[in-house]
Amino acid sequence: MIKGTIDKIAGPLVVADGMKDARMYDLVYVSDYALIGEIIELKGDRASIQVYEETGGLQPGDPVVATGEPLSVELGPGLLTAIYDGIQRSLDKIREEAGDWITRGITIRGLDHEKEWNFKPVATKGLEVSGGEILGEVPETDVIVHKVMVPPGVEGEITWMIDEGVYNIDTVIAKVKESSGEIRELCMYHNWPVRKPRPVAEKRAPAEPLITGQRVIDAFFPLGKGGTACVPGPFGSGKTVIQHQLAKWADAEIVIYVGCGERGNEMTDVLQEFPELEDPKSGKPLILRTVLVANTSNMPVAAREASVYTGITIGEYFRDMGYSVALMADSTSRWAEAMREMSGRLEEMPGEEGYPAYLGTRIAEFYERAGNVKCIGGDRSGALTVVGAVSPAGGDLSDPVVQATLRVVKVFWSLEARLAYARHFPAIGWLDSYSLYTENLKEYYNRELGDEWVLMMKEAMALLQREANLQEIARLVGAESLSPEDQLILYTARSLREDFLHQNAFHDVDTYTSIIKQKIMMEVIMHTHSEMEKALLTGVSPRELFSLPLKEEITRMRYIHEDNLSDISAIKEHVTLQINDLIAKDQIA
Amino acid sequence: MIREYTTTVEISGPLMLVDRVEGVAYEELVEIELPNGEIRHGKVLEIDSRMALVQLFEGSSGTDISRSKVRFLGKQVELGVSVEMLGRVFDGQGRPRAPFDTAPPIVPEKMVNINGAPINPYARDYPAEFIQTGFSSIDGINTLVRGQKLPIFSGNGLPHSIVAAQIARQAHVRGGEESFAVVFAAMGITFEEADYFIRDFRSTGAMDRAVVFMNLADDPAIERISTPRMALTAAEYLAYEKDMHILVIMTDMTNYCDALREIAAARKEVPGRRGYPGYLYTDLASIYERAGRIKGRKGSITQIPILTMPEDDKTHPIPDLTGYITEGQLILNRELHKKGIYPPMDVMESLSRLKDKGIGEGKTRGDHADLFNQLMAAYSAGKDARELAVILGAAALSPLDQKYMKFAEEYEKRYISQGDHENRNIDETLDLGWELLKLLPREEMKRIDPRRLDRYWPVNDRKKAEVS
Repeated sequence: MIKGTIDKIAGPLVVADGMKDARMYDLVYVSDYALIGEIIELKGDRASIQVYEETGGLQPGDPVVATGEPLSVELGPGLLTAIYDGIQRSLDKIREEAGDWITRGITIRGLDHEKEWNFKPVATKGLEVSGGEILGEVPETDVIVHKVMVPPGVEGEITWMIDEGVYNIDTVIAKVKESSGEIRELCMYHNWPVRKPRPVAEKRAPAEPLITGQRVIDAFFPLGKGGTACVPGPFGSGKTVIQHQLAKWADAEIVIYVGCGERGNEMTDVLQEFPELEDPKSGKPLILRTVLVANTSNMPVAAREASVYTGITIGEYFRDMGYSVALMADSTSRWAEAMREMSGRLEEMPGEEGYPAYLGTRIAEFYERAGNVKCIGGDRSGALTVVGAVSPAGGDLSDPVVQATLRVVKVFWSLEARLAYARHFPAIGWLDSYSLYTENLKEYYNRELGDEWVLMMKEAMALLQREANLQEIARLVGAESLSPEDQLILYTARSLREDFLHQNAFHDVDTYTSIIKQKIMMEVIMHTHSEMEKALLTGVSPRELFSLPLKEEITRMRYIHEDNLSDISAIKEHVTLQINDLIAKDQIA
Repeated sequence: MIREYTTTVEISGPLMLVDRVEGVAYEELVEIELPNGEIRHGKVLEIDSRMALVQLFEGSSGTDISRSKVRFLGKQVELGVSVEMLGRVFDGQGRPRAPFDTAPPIVPEKMVNINGAPINPYARDYPAEFIQTGFSSIDGINTLVRGQKLPIFSGNGLPHSIVAAQIARQAHVRGGEESFAVVFAAMGITFEEADYFIRDFRSTGAMDRAVVFMNLADDPAIERISTPRMALTAAEYLAYEKDMHILVIMTDMTNYCDALREIAAARKEVPGRRGYPGYLYTDLASIYERAGRIKGRKGSITQIPILTMPEDDKTHPIPDLTGYITEGQLILNRELHKKGIYPPMDVMESLSRLKDKGIGEGKTRGDHADLFNQLMAAYSAGKDARELAVILGAAALSPLDQKYMKFAEEYEKRYISQGDHENRNIDETLDLGWELLKLLPREEMKRIDPRRLDRYWPVNDRKKAEVS
């Protein structure tokens, strides 16, 4: 235990003297309030500390105690359904202790140490184990079995194993004799420093898409399981709605939602909605597979900086159990701003726009913690997918945070204000967005949806791109003066935009579209296109063709329930019928 | 414990550096006695074992190094609160503000730290109660709910004050007769503007249920930093301890941010965009996030901050960062204003993020969401058509585009526009929406659930609509 005294206080930064033996990133308790802080700079015996709580009222001379341990999280049963602040204090416990407002100096452990869990051993006495190997299982919620693992770094022979039974997480469940002869007592949880990535056996390229039920994403800009994506956009363009939609519908087994420096009411929305929403696969509430980390914009800025690390460490832990985990961070800009604020207080030389020079490195390190991996300690694969929202100043993509993020992520969903104003949601622009996973995922699509899927998507994208060019011409000469073929391109592209890409997150059916339904919907639109193409060749006038009532039916297909997909397929026949009728009528006339 | 020092070593801008202090705490309240006996206030901005940096609320003119006495009061900046605050006008430090208020100071029920504490997100209740403002462009399109923070982004010379006063006058929850009050914080606005609000409040009787904190353009700029915090402290007291529903109007946030920049510059901090400090986002959040509802408490705080965008530029740091914190924004548009449309609400760029939970069956009406989506889509198409008409001439438009253009015109004239004393209820607003949509062909109603369309616009109605 190293004890020092406060010398200087400036906002969330406290400088303490007498801290010669302290280490970088050690956790410290500041003043008699025992405010939690972390050492971020050492100079001689002076330590600069970022304090995770309000510093008003502190005085020079107040004590500072270094714990000698880095900032860590507790990993074990009880994480799911929890809502934490940036340093893994449970917000419901804080409320029990301190009331409706967050006051200072509250120490709450990340996990409930009283609660008893049903533990079922898997490993047996005499087994040689190493980090990551599964000791036993705990049914943590109705949908997730928590696998209790040997903490990374521990290796040896199990000399004792507890029987199946009901225990709290402090109970010793196994003893491991390490090669040094030391006996390690293991319980159901262990601590892990948040800034240190958890080890993996092997990293692999993502080979399966993370199905999100969002048509524009799944069809055009898919994200691989274990991949990374970024969603930059100006305010009001629907970043948060997209993050929420992904958290709700993405086919990940575990969802970690980090609300980093965002609105309090938004977190409340998630908190109230997730226990009610049903997971489309299990039919159980979504909250049973979710961990929430909420450090809203008015909560201390230093804890905001820590919140993304807390979130991703928990994500890695579930990945190590062999689960597919999706982490949403909203918004990484606020995290970067927290870094900037601390950097400014430390009087570091600023890089671009006042951000510290190490901004790019920190962002890259963070996203690199995602991945599709072979887990340590056994033959399991896990995936940690990371989706970061970025809130660039003025929606300007030259923002340093956006640029640093784009250098590392593989999927870019470009949110456009123009689309948002036209209430085209999700406002993901189809011309600028990209996904570098399409090649990796091709094999999966060919296997699951047939070879035609990839081709059809390419064709549809080509139409949308043609539309962008044609629209400029149409604006000058009027759509009517374009050739019938070009008018058809405009017609179909509009249908693609309005009937496929546009999706209403607040409509019970439209909010989620299975990949099969997406395929059928796309088939209807493309079928209509090719039938109309043929009809134009026979000399039918475009105006007549485009005013056929089939339009209304196509518009409504998105609202057709997943159970009645044949109703959508049937539209194809109606389309052919109507168009053939028109051709016939035309020829008689 | 009160400690007095005459060891000032430096005064620069609104900052004062006091040497050889002991036992002084960060953010402690400071009193400065000038040689002529005048008392000023400030707070500790930075402290180390020898020196304290003090920020002066009323500016530094008249202070001197050798004779000014600096007293540390052993507490942080506080506001005395009580229900007697209703009907009163205070200055930026919570004292009665002449000439608007000449009565003696209130007797506080208790003293409260003006910085407040963050509401635990777990304790929050999601805002979902519709507030009827009487404006179609707000109620129908960018619906306000209790506990929301919805700023008005305006520009110089636009009628934001009139809009804000009208909201303060008309806002109420349907069917509810609960106690309701307005807390008004003025930061750096002119006497005339302030006078307009006060007179409007007095003439409509709203003053009896209003608390006003006023820092005018010629008042000390640094005081603007505490003004909104004073107002929100009063609002929190009334909302969470006296069960009242509070609407907080803060104008003009641009002046507040400029005061913050002044301090940052005086401290020689590394500036962020346009010279504003890097922590502007965090600082604004500490104000805006004080809006909300709390589970198990009756009252609520709804905020309408007003800011003037320099050069009508929405990407300027102040509107930009505000937009990232608040739950949407109402944007006033100069072009509409020039066309004579009041309120000149830019419904396309405006947004209320919380509207989805505040509308629908039991709150407004079942058709509200679809109707809203359709109106927005149609108005957007209409505006596109109008642009096209500028290039090609209206005659060259397709018949459909012409209908859309007509729709956009009517929508602006009849839906967005209304009188400054016209209070439309939500049913009137919604019915007006349907009436306008019928200017368009029925099959264009792509955003409306077919069942609902059949109900509000039966198929046999089609002919009739086309004829009309």
